[in-house]
Amino acid sequence: MQEKIQEIKEQLQSKVKEITTLNDLNDLRVEFLGKKGSITELSNYMRELSNEEKKEFGNLFNAIKNEANDLLNAKKEEFELEELQKKLNEETIDVTLPGTKLTVGGTHPLTKVIDEIEEIFVSMGYDVVEGPEIEQDLYNFEKLNLPKGHPARDAQDSFYITEEMLLRSQTSPVQARTMDANTEKSPIRVICPGKVYRRDDDDATHSHQFTQIEGLVVDKDISLADLKGTLEILAKRLFGEDREIRFRPSFFPFTEPSIEVDVSCFKCGGAGCSICKETGWIEILGSGMVHPNVLKGCGYDPEKYTGFAFGIGPERVAMLKYGITDIRNFYTNDIRFLQDFNRVEGGE
Amino acid sequence: MRLSKKFVSDYIDINDIDMSELAEKMVFAGNEYEEMRPFCEATGLVIGEVKECIDHPNSDHLHICQVDLGEETVQIVCGAPNVRAGLKVIVSKVGATLPGGIVIKKATLAGTESNGMICSLAELGLESKFLKEEDKAGIHELPDDAPVGADALEYLDFDDTVIDFELTADRADLMNIIGMAYEIGAIYDRPVHIPEIRVKEQGDDINNYHKLDVATENCSIYLGKRVENVEIHESPQWMKERLMACGIRPINNVVDISNYVMLEYGQPLHFFDADRLKDHILVRMAEDSETLTTLDGQHRILKSSDIVITNGNEPVALAGVMGGLSTEVENDTKNIFVEAAIFDPVHIRYTSKSILRSEASSRYEKGIDPNRTELAILRACELLEKYASGTTCKGMLVYDQAKKEDKTISITLEKINQVLGMTLSETIVEDIIRRLGFTYTKKDGYEVTVPTRRLDVNIKEDLIEEIGRIYGYDHVVGTLPVVPMKRGRYSKKATMMKEIRRRLEGLGLYQVITYSLVSEQECNLFVNQEHERVEVLAPLSEDKKIMRQTLIPSLLTVLDYNLSHNNKDIQIFETGSVYYKEEDYKEETMVSGLLFGNYMGNTWQGNVLKVDFYTVKGIIENILQYFGLNGRYRIVADETKKDMHPKMTASILVDNEEVGYFGRVHPKTNKKDVYVFEISLDRLMMKKVRTLKYKEISKYPSVHKDLAFIMPKSMESEQVMTILRKVGGRLLTEIDVFDVYEGENVKEDEKSIAYALTFQNATKTLNDEEVTEIFNEMIHEVESKLHIQLRNK
Repeated sequence: MQEKIQEIKEQLQSKVKEITTLNDLNDLRVEFLGKKGSITELSNYMRELSNEEKKEFGNLFNAIKNEANDLLNAKKEEFELEELQKKLNEETIDVTLPGTKLTVGGTHPLTKVIDEIEEIFVSMGYDVVEGPEIEQDLYNFEKLNLPKGHPARDAQDSFYITEEMLLRSQTSPVQARTMDANTEKSPIRVICPGKVYRRDDDDATHSHQFTQIEGLVVDKDISLADLKGTLEILAKRLFGEDREIRFRPSFFPFTEPSIEVDVSCFKCGGAGCSICKETGWIEILGSGMVHPNVLKGCGYDPEKYTGFAFGIGPERVAMLKYGITDIRNFYTNDIRFLQDFNRVEGGE
Repeated sequence: MRLSKKFVSDYIDINDIDMSELAEKMVFAGNEYEEMRPFCEATGLVIGEVKECIDHPNSDHLHICQVDLGEETVQIVCGAPNVRAGLKVIVSKVGATLPGGIVIKKATLAGTESNGMICSLAELGLESKFLKEEDKAGIHELPDDAPVGADALEYLDFDDTVIDFELTADRADLMNIIGMAYEIGAIYDRPVHIPEIRVKEQGDDINNYHKLDVATENCSIYLGKRVENVEIHESPQWMKERLMACGIRPINNVVDISNYVMLEYGQPLHFFDADRLKDHILVRMAEDSETLTTLDGQHRILKSSDIVITNGNEPVALAGVMGGLSTEVENDTKNIFVEAAIFDPVHIRYTSKSILRSEASSRYEKGIDPNRTELAILRACELLEKYASGTTCKGMLVYDQAKKEDKTISITLEKINQVLGMTLSETIVEDIIRRLGFTYTKKDGYEVTVPTRRLDVNIKEDLIEEIGRIYGYDHVVGTLPVVPMKRGRYSKKATMMKEIRRRLEGLGLYQVITYSLVSEQECNLFVNQEHERVEVLAPLSEDKKIMRQTLIPSLLTVLDYNLSHNNKDIQIFETGSVYYKEEDYKEETMVSGLLFGNYMGNTWQGNVLKVDFYTVKGIIENILQYFGLNGRYRIVADETKKDMHPKMTASILVDNEEVGYFGRVHPKTNKKDVYVFEISLDRLMMKKVRTLKYKEISKYPSVHKDLAFIMPKSMESEQVMTILRKVGGRLLTEIDVFDVYEGENVKEDEKSIAYALTFQNATKTLNDEEVTEIFNEMIHEVESKLHIQLRNK
């Protein structure tokens, strides 16, 4: 009996090795484990056995049945795996073909700079305010201590619309408007971004339309040192933590004292290079302490209040930061130019 | 203003100071400069004497010269036509350099050895405006007494250094050499010496010849002196050099003296030919359309805002701007009437703006120290006596209404330190006041006396700036304002613009910024002339003269630019103002966009989304929904929009008010398949939006049903949808179009639109009967109201 079982077992083992398809496997299952299968038929011997022998045979029978099942199942798994592998192989794609173009647009570089500056100041408690682009001579000049006939008006050749109305030549009129509109004459902390216009012919460094951001702080005990501290934060945030700033005396009719501000060159760190014209410093903005005539003209008592103001040109900042050499690029809007700015800044 | 080292050295000792260091220190005192350079950029120039000069045998113009240089005699081949034996000349020796980096080497010219070069003034690098005809034609001829072998630059006074300052508009006091000396004195703490003026006054009394009347308040000082029997010739070399160093062309001794004194004192002078001027001098405002022929020969028509000097009848000079031709000093002039006056800056500015900005007018415009006028006129007489052999008449014509007292400013140490944010001591502040040439008395704080030459220092803050800049702003240590903490805010409009910008960028559009000023042609596009335009008075060009009333033409310009640079797919937007004249000028903020070409997709897979009306509509709806306007907006066909395709344009209504429009550009305006939109942000901003609040999602299952109708092609889907929505009521939670069909099985003038409906009840499970009832009612309502049929019925 045992020999018989051993024979069937060996038969099965050798046949399993030979088969190549799932169908063969099914045939084999029928041949050995089907109703008339050679293993199933072994049970016919049961009748001829004693009770004691039956028990022994039962154990042997179950063992070979289980063994056969395991063998066939293992083979089945093997076949299925092969099948799957074949299917996967057929599904191979060329991962190097281009991906779907999901166009997400981008922010204009000038807006990027304006956003960045606005965020710096908003985080310091400044409000962002706006003013009209078509402005009165009164606000654009007169309230800023630039009466008609003042020689400093030459520096800002303006587009007039009537004798009293013009396209604003600076964002400074928003200073005067903000102070004027503050009926309580309470402290002010604002920045005013916007478009300005001057009668300059367009070339690589001049544009008849450009942007400016004006900053104004009016409060008790505001000093030149406060201006410096504030602009230091701006310079470091815009051009890197290692930057320093330098004050040079200058003249603007609406500030006294007036200050021209240089930032240490972010390219060479102050050693001198082509960007800073070998000086180690780059001029970035004009600023100063609000002129008492401006305060007075807008209803603030200059004996009680002092303030500082500054004006920065986003074009200049963007040109320096990103190495743009022609200001006209901002206004021709070549899509490739715009695309270049459609990414995080990186750097530090 | 150009600073000549030689000139300023008359008033302050700076011989030991390096000029580039001085220039840098001036910058940090607030005076920027454009350039610093030697007056003449040449070295190794000596005075030589041509001992022998023969024509070169192999040349038709060269000469072979033996030139005595003192220590040696060298052979030089020279091509100048005026070279001759006996002439004293400037010789550039072998090894010497000339401007432009030229190094003189031993050379062979037409076979003859030449050891150096005889120079013309042009070769020394003098600006061409300073060169006379003879300087351009040949070598420079030195006087016979020029010392052979001496340094030629020193002899010509050309060994000078010039710094070209770009002064700020307030520093009128630095537009003269004495003012520069005071500034340098303050920076370096050195004294300034003003030499005493000595006029002999040996002539008759001026009142015998001239009488003065001033009939305008725009002249605060008018002084007149008469100098007789002048001899006109060239100025001394040192004077010519100083004028040239300061950028003024030497003419003759008399003209040069008037310029020299102006440079020295900052007071412009005018010299009249006294005999042509006649006896009466009347200063008054011009009459409209009065005429004057000025020095440059131009016939000028005057305006009533011009100040004129007249001879009692007619104008003889435009005050402060230019003299008249009829009274000009000429070579035969004998007697001179010297004018030193102060005119109103604003009037001079207007006159000079329309005629000529001269050295004189630019000084008048910025202001003149009234205490210099008399000094200047006397200085001119002194120089005319000395260098033009003139005789000054006794007495002076005087009209003087000017305030000449020094200014006093009260200030405290506390205020100075408060504004500067520094802690300067009394000693430092007092020392700076002294260095500036100001004086002070101490009581409760300081009473500082400021001389009239500092026209720019009038109030406390001016004085604080003076102290700050002389002490040095590099000492300021940055602090932050001590102010209450608060949150910075963006305006509602700024916030909205940022939101819409980010949304449109997310939808694939690039932000552009274009010019507000447009051409007439652009201004006529897309807008009817319902709003009056804003035009600039003096446009720079025809294409930038009107403030735009729509952003779309500018976007089309950007499209054209990009297409001509081979950028194919353009999706852009801009946020910006448009401008109307109205009663009081109005600006409206718009967001506009342009889409052209392929929007998104993958070309090789064949699933590219080409921009069409519905792409733009998707973008518009996305924006409107983002702004919380779902259910409140309608997109309505609009045939009225100018320059838009009448059948492919829709206006956008929110709460039944138009906020904008979009669609395809009219093929007559742009042949390409271009889509644009424009929305008024101002109008959109007026729409109040409910606060965002979460609504529980229904827990009960939803039921989906589809239906399709056959309808005429001309019918709008919205008509069907409106009925479906109305009948569906609250239970109809979603409605979508999933198919639009024309073609087989549908008549030629008809279409089929298929709708997918979702029903859901928020509070219970919907049963089939309920849905079927609504569904049947929908079909019935649509069929009976619109007279169209359910498909496949």
